[in-house]
Amino acid sequence: MGDPAAMNVLDWRDQIFAALKQAEIRQVGYVPDAGHARLIELCRADPAMRAVPLTSEEEGVALLAGAWLDGQRGALLMQSSGVGNCINMLSMTKTCRFPLTMLVTMRGEWAEFNPWQVPMGSRTQAALELCDVLVYRVDRPEDAAETVAAALDIAFNGDLATAVLLSQRLIGAKRWMK
Amino acid sequence: MISNEPRLDQRLDRRAAIRILLENRGDLLLVTGLGSTTWDAASVADDEHNFYLWGAMGAAAMVGLGLAIAQPDRRVLVVTGDGEMLMGLGALATIGVQRPPNLAIAVFDNGHYGETGMQASHTAEGVSLVEVARACGFKEAFDIDDEVGLREFAALLPNSAASLFARVAIRAHEPPRVLPPRDGVFLKNRFRRAIGADT
Repeated sequence: MGDPAAMNVLDWRDQIFAALKQAEIRQVGYVPDAGHARLIELCRADPAMRAVPLTSEEEGVALLAGAWLDGQRGALLMQSSGVGNCINMLSMTKTCRFPLTMLVTMRGEWAEFNPWQVPMGSRTQAALELCDVLVYRVDRPEDAAETVAAALDIAFNGDLATAVLLSQRLIGAKRWMK
Repeated sequence: MISNEPRLDQRLDRRAAIRILLENRGDLLLVTGLGSTTWDAASVADDEHNFYLWGAMGAAAMVGLGLAIAQPDRRVLVVTGDGEMLMGLGALATIGVQRPPNLAIAVFDNGHYGETGMQASHTAEGVSLVEVARACGFKEAFDIDDEVGLREFAALLPNSAASLFARVAIRAHEPPRVLPPRDGVFLKNRFRRAIGADT
């Protein structure tokens, strides 16, 4: 038997999912990603959510703008490399003041094996801030759900764009087999 | 017979084409792409059920998808140009997976980038958007080059049971611009109010 108190503690990914539910998120755009795999699975399994796989992350910025035109709330899941793909689409978010929350799993910043991930990963936050996206960073599992909830709140209450960066240290560096 | 006279371009006039699509629009929700299709829609009427993109090239079809998923009881029509569709070609694959029955996409294809000086687009070199749409899973995809075909397509809009795609061949010309409001916040709020979403 495990410790009953410990069994009640959800994994931080499940806690993020609970925060999405709490915020009445109905559309979730995503590009498949190892760090988000569990969250994507939960969203896909929820009948009240429409999980939409994208070919490229910028599609999700436009998808959620369309959803909001009818008052439906969404969230966008991606890896740090995908942030670069979103830059011009974020001009619509800013010009029209569409609410947007991006949950970004980080690569290229902690024990990264692949140097090709480093240029975008090391500039993800700066790139988002250049586009006037409010950026929050999560390094500890116990902060994850609360930070996501706060980012969703300010986005939908203030018609603003927000991003939560889930650090590579939190997620665990990708393991490579030789 | 050889003639120095330019061949008369018999393709549809874009302003006539948009009028046909919107003739009996009912409560149709319209999304237009940067840029000529936005002027086309405004030339018919600056309807509060129109959401015009003045930027974010490549976004039109995806904005339509998000709206169609959120609002399954209303019909959503995206009208955009060949250049705008080419910039967001992945959207056709994404929509091909979702296939909302209340979404239709009409691409006005003149084979040129009208806003930047009429440079040739990929479709002028033989890239077929309707074949891309079919390959992406659109079961109802039409290649339209005359008024009869366009009227048949327009008649499908109110009650089609599948996502629709139409490539509409139009003449490469630039009618006078008709500019709708371009304040994004105003357009968003007006649209949301019109469909009762601004709660």
